[in-house]
Amino acid sequence: MSEREVSKIGAKELSPIDVYMLLPRTNCKKCGQENCMAFATKLVNRELALELCTPLLEEKQYAKAYPKLWGLLKPPVKEVTVGAGDSAVKIGGKLVMYRHELAYINPTAVAIDVTDEMSERELLDRLRKTEGFSYIYIGRELKLNMIAVRSTSNDPDKFKATVKKVSSNAKLPLMLCSLNPEVIEAGLMVAPKTRPLICAATENNWKDMAELSLMYNCPLTVSAPNNLKMLRSLVKTLLEYGVKDLVLDPGTFPPEGIADTLVNFTMIRRMACKRGDELLGFPIIGTPIVAWAQKAEAPEINMWNEAYMASMLITRYADILIMHSTEGWVLLPNVFLRENIYTDPRKPVAVEPGLREFGKPDEASPVMLTTNFALTYYTVASDIESAGLNCYLIVADTEGHAVDTSVAGRKLTAENIAEAIKTTLVEKKVKHRKLIIPGKAARLSGEIQELSSWEVLVGPRDSSEIPKYLSEKW
Amino acid sequence: MADSKKNERDRDVALKFDPKIFDLLSKFEEVELEDVDMELGDLEIWIQPGAVAGPRAVVPTVVARKAKPTEIIQMDFVPPVETYPGRIAEVKLGATKGDGGTRGKSVVIGGEKSPAYYLFENPTPHPPVISLDVFDTRIPLAKAVKMHFGEVAEDPVAWAKLAVDKFKADMITLHLVSTDRLIKDTTPKEAAKTVENVLQAVDVPMVVGGCGDPQKDLKVFEEVAAVAEGERLLISTVTLDMDIERTAKAIQKHGHVALAFTSMDLNQARELNRRLFEFLPKERIVMDTTTAALGYGLDYAFTIMERARLAGLMGDPELQQPISSGTTNAWAAREAWIKLAPEWGPRELRGPMWETVTALTLLLAGVDLFMMMHPAAVKTLKDVISELTAGTGRGRPELIGDWVTLKI
Repeated sequence: MSEREVSKIGAKELSPIDVYMLLPRTNCKKCGQENCMAFATKLVNRELALELCTPLLEEKQYAKAYPKLWGLLKPPVKEVTVGAGDSAVKIGGKLVMYRHELAYINPTAVAIDVTDEMSERELLDRLRKTEGFSYIYIGRELKLNMIAVRSTSNDPDKFKATVKKVSSNAKLPLMLCSLNPEVIEAGLMVAPKTRPLICAATENNWKDMAELSLMYNCPLTVSAPNNLKMLRSLVKTLLEYGVKDLVLDPGTFPPEGIADTLVNFTMIRRMACKRGDELLGFPIIGTPIVAWAQKAEAPEINMWNEAYMASMLITRYADILIMHSTEGWVLLPNVFLRENIYTDPRKPVAVEPGLREFGKPDEASPVMLTTNFALTYYTVASDIESAGLNCYLIVADTEGHAVDTSVAGRKLTAENIAEAIKTTLVEKKVKHRKLIIPGKAARLSGEIQELSSWEVLVGPRDSSEIPKYLSEKW
Repeated sequence: MADSKKNERDRDVALKFDPKIFDLLSKFEEVELEDVDMELGDLEIWIQPGAVAGPRAVVPTVVARKAKPTEIIQMDFVPPVETYPGRIAEVKLGATKGDGGTRGKSVVIGGEKSPAYYLFENPTPHPPVISLDVFDTRIPLAKAVKMHFGEVAEDPVAWAKLAVDKFKADMITLHLVSTDRLIKDTTPKEAAKTVENVLQAVDVPMVVGGCGDPQKDLKVFEEVAAVAEGERLLISTVTLDMDIERTAKAIQKHGHVALAFTSMDLNQARELNRRLFEFLPKERIVMDTTTAALGYGLDYAFTIMERARLAGLMGDPELQQPISSGTTNAWAAREAWIKLAPEWGPRELRGPMWETVTALTLLLAGVDLFMMMHPAAVKTLKDVISELTAGTGRGRPELIGDWVTLKI
């Protein structure tokens, strides 16, 4: 038995055959695949969209099959769009409970809060920090995604003025946060057609919030702290009312309630993914901002608590997080974690193989070798760049594996290194014939030397040692 | 100058951290609640006149067709409980006097019947344990760590005492890195002497780690296993490239426990466990499928551990060992220790948070034993574990229901 079995618990395991039987089965190739079976397999793996099968959409005879297929393939967690236009954010749409079952999609959106009682200066400063947040990690930009405007005043006029100020100074999608429908309405009036997420409908205000959600065509958060029975009841009621795009808030509790928080999030996701419960099949919102409800003697303590609570919620199924801290040490580990958890585990992260130049290399500059595993490549590149070295780097195609695993798995061999030396035309760039290989590939050195007739030097095991190595050996 | 003052302040903040984080959170009751009740009748009157003309017209006609509910439709909720055919082995670390050792207490890890913190199914049988790192020679340490341990860096006995007395370590991991031929090439006899000295200085259960050289480690472990007879040490690590039979026999003969270490590959983990089962009972094996730092492969580490645990619960007999994590590897991420532009905050906070996030992520994958470094990260993990172990029913909705209007 294997972990694969787990995915079957209570879940409808979708096979390509189920999908294939409903497709036209004409092998017309309009979807770009060789045949309908290949297309079905890609659909089940969520690698292609159903709409690529144009006959299914256009021809009458398939009119019944299309909604059936859509029903088979629709994610157990509904995808909800917040905001409009370029900066719109999609949340939810999750296909699986565990990332190894397929992959997670729609990374957790991080919203930073502002309130209607903040000074203009503070408000603008927070908008600037939120929108300006940017960190480059393995060639990707890590960013924040939303602004949560909270009404701490409970005054519709103040809220209206604040929402207006925020929407004219920021592009990110908004969440409008108040339990008072009058306040929410005031905000919605000045942010028309921007599809903000309303926070939140409760057992006390659901009807008015539902009206607003329908009137302004906005997604709606449903809040029932630590009460999943009420949460399901409210969802059922709102769906009946006609609201379609919902977000679930089962409550995020500070430390003494952290078990409740995780258990609720976990049960909701299991109900959706493994039990097919449509009432809990919506994105979940986590609110690490509650860490600020505590009076701490230093704000760093609130920040610390908010940071680690956020990380646990990213791992355990949160689709949106509302946070207050804008400090880099709070946010950076969390956006890194999000990036990690949401990478596709089926694909090793790889960069383009080939020859890279750093600084201004000349015909006497060193030539080094690494693999095309993104983490390896960017780590090496950043060490070379930060030391300001002038050199060439051959990035070998190891199908996205790190040095040690690709040597062990024969993805990095003397043959493909010799080949890379030829195809990169590095012999035209330098006069010497010396190749520095990673310390972890040391055992390939003799063979490379034979096949390429280049002299092989064994470099350091960690790329942070490259500058030192070059200064001593080159 | 201003810079150094700032550093001082940052350091003060970091130092202040550990003991207080949760004490302060316990004052949570003080939060004021805003009155959010509203008059539903009033609002309906207010909404119905359609104060807003434009968007009102676009209400989808679909809505009109259905009769809108006027009351909450009551639904039920039944927790989605599953049962699992498999169970994780229980492993005891450290032997007390009655048990043939000299430790003040033992700890037991493993025994899970459900995935990590699926508390709606089963409580956690044994809370995960944290073991603090101690090195037998000076090694490069991040600044944020050095400020806590710098003074004892050359003295494993003093280091171990500091970890236990000041930082309340439940266990310590003595890394015999100086046995590395390229460091000091300390002999197995000398290394075993260090182990004896540390065993005498502190009475917590211990992990003893080698230098990672399969030949040298074997010799060191044989010597250590013998001098620490009956102490139920966790010998770290046994790998596929070692003489597994000899190593396992030394561990078994002298009453210790093996830490089976593999790269991030479930088949390797299965293979190593399978080979160890020839010489050791399940109760004497812990496994480690490699911890990579946040941002540097944590996703792989997390998923391999989560898969291993789920497979074990589903009945795979070769993956039913408690899991250990070398969480200190979090410091391999450069973002944990380098100076970045000021907007990324002081590394004295960023570093321990990096370790904390790495640890918490793996806690949720099912790790039973954490080998860690920074006191603030250790303290946070410990407190989270104790909150989780105390179970559900302690979240207080009345206190957070109103995060929306919370005044910060």
